Amino acid sequence: MNENARLERELFTPGHLGCPGCGAALGMRQTLSALGEDTIVVMPAGCWSTMIGIYPYSCLTVPVASVAFASTAAFASGIKAGLSIQGNDHTTVLAWAGDGGTFDIGLQALSGAVERNDDILFICYDNEAYMNTGVQRCSATPPGAWTGTTPDSAPKDQRKKDIVGIIAAHRIPYAATANIGAPEDLACKLKKAKDIRGTRFIHLFAPCPTGWGHASELTVEIARLAIQSRVFPLFEVFGGQTWQLSPMADKTSVDAYLKYQRRFQKMSAENCLRFQVQVDEDWRQLLNKCRPQVPVTQN
Amino acid sequence: MKKVMTGNEAAAVAAKLARIQVVSAYPITPQTVIVESLSEMIGRNELKARYMPVESEHSAMASVIGASMTGARVFTASSSHGLVYMHEMLHYAAGARVPVVMVNCNRALGPPWNLYCDHTDSLAQRDTGWSQYYCADVQDVLDAILIAYYVAEQAFLPVMISMDAFYLTHTSEIADVPDQEAVDIFLPPFKPSDKLDVNDPKTFGNVCGANLFASIKYGRHRDTLSLEEVWDRASTRFCDHFNRPHPAVEAYKTEDAYVCVVATGSAGGAIRLAVDRLRQEGVRAGGLRLAMVRPFPRRAFEKAIPTARHMIVIDRDVSFGAEGILAQELKAFLFDHHRDVKLTGFVAGVGGNDISTDTVVGLVQQAILGVGTAVEAGTTLWTDVLP
Repeated sequence: MNENARLERELFTPGHLGCPGCGAALGMRQTLSALGEDTIVVMPAGCWSTMIGIYPYSCLTVPVASVAFASTAAFASGIKAGLSIQGNDHTTVLAWAGDGGTFDIGLQALSGAVERNDDILFICYDNEAYMNTGVQRCSATPPGAWTGTTPDSAPKDQRKKDIVGIIAAHRIPYAATANIGAPEDLACKLKKAKDIRGTRFIHLFAPCPTGWGHASELTVEIARLAIQSRVFPLFEVFGGQTWQLSPMADKTSVDAYLKYQRRFQKMSAENCLRFQVQVDEDWRQLLNKCRPQVPVTQN
Repeated sequence: MKKVMTGNEAAAVAAKLARIQVVSAYPITPQTVIVESLSEMIGRNELKARYMPVESEHSAMASVIGASMTGARVFTASSSHGLVYMHEMLHYAAGARVPVVMVNCNRALGPPWNLYCDHTDSLAQRDTGWSQYYCADVQDVLDAILIAYYVAEQAFLPVMISMDAFYLTHTSEIADVPDQEAVDIFLPPFKPSDKLDVNDPKTFGNVCGANLFASIKYGRHRDTLSLEEVWDRASTRFCDHFNRPHPAVEAYKTEDAYVCVVATGSAGGAIRLAVDRLRQEGVRAGGLRLAMVRPFPRRAFEKAIPTARHMIVIDRDVSFGAEGILAQELKAFLFDHHRDVKLTGFVAGVGGNDISTDTVVGLVQQAILGVGTAVEAGTTLWTDVLP
């Protein structure tokens, strides 16, 4: 695609208020490029609700509703219902929430929307903590990571919540993980999601230089290391039943992923090892889910 | 056409007549009949609307706000803990200037658990920016919902129509159901100029700076104050079409009244009977039923009390540590306009205790003579308290 053609499709204009190297900014740009202008964005409290700009400015050229923290999915479902009863069945209603707004405070409304199979696309941009309020732990924060509420003196012990597993268990038509470091894979998943009716969920990995303590130019590199180390593997789930791996480079250890980030700097060797063991265990389980099912013959 | 129906059935019929397009609700006693009826009407294709069986009241309000922002006419209903659970979204609805109409069935808040009538649930929402209207009877429920849509869509502010749990929700009365054609003439379709529309992209609820913030809130405050006038015009228009008045304040024999009994909701009937009995006994009494509580209907109230020297306020609610909420509202009004008028505040009828004609007569006698069964706590006198 030449530059002009790309610019014509650019719905994310200059002037966002995010930090330099923000993974969630890249994620929004990639997402809107794939979804196109027939999109309404619903965003709760979070980095992105401040990043769009101070009224009357907005860096997004699509309609945006900034909504209450817990309400994202319900709000989006209501928008879809309103459009649909007025004859508009084409507009994509994109619920765009951070990990806190998805894993924690927004989970009840999200579960409700998925159970009803409301026709919305919910994307969780995951930077693994409450970043907009200055880095506090949430249920998406990995064990051992420093945050303001899991300081070095009291590190987080609990593992990250398996949000895709939870959402898939609702038998959602389409769920997937994606990563700002794999934009072609994300675009492909968004195109697929756009054409599916019912609830669609994408868990989008988006590094945060400010909260993770890495150089802003390393955002994409760290995002890719997360895929390669299988800290954040790429896959899709169809109908909550059929799990399918996405293309990924050969698996490496988590060492390179951890070493670039200040949030893991004080992690003990023992905890680093435990982290590797957990990643390996999750990866084995995922491989099992993605293995083609052997038909059971009944005699 | 005249029909026998409960307040809940009247609410569903009114919502249908208003041609609502999206209903989103979560069940709670005593509201359930309203949303069950609407889902049935939609299921049978008698009403072209989407029914959203959401997982909570917070989501019910969130989803109707979202739907309203697309230009759809929306409805929800709740009660008690459900209403209180919506609290955040009530602020949001008014701030977003969406003309949502909601029915609240006034029910007590726990603990202790209680399903019966009490006004604290909705009066505790008085600072959310919603207009609040309390119904007197089943016909009032039906008509007020139609007027509420007209008002909400004129002012771009949400309106809450409240009715007393069981006294209205589950009590059958005769109500006149207007023809759909007549309602369509009274209530034109909702066509907002600002909405979520990909062909005219706008941001809604975006972050804004301090100067603009104050101006936006000031404008909303002014518009909310004007709702008394908007309601007056709308209810006059409704009366022109259907010949039934629904004023913000209903005054009964107050022209020469020395003592005025003030309450809201279904107790209005008992108050009228009590006023008649008190007049037979030689007390120059009058009754005032506050239908509109937010905004406080200052103009109508001023007109209704030309000779009043003593206000007796019956609150079916309380602001703990202060006094009855209506008593506070009235004191604020009297402080500005009639500092010489005396006020006696009672808390009565909470949690389903009846407010009968005898109750009202007794309270007036206690307020005048200082002798009665209500017991004192701060500036309020409580009835129905065990010895």
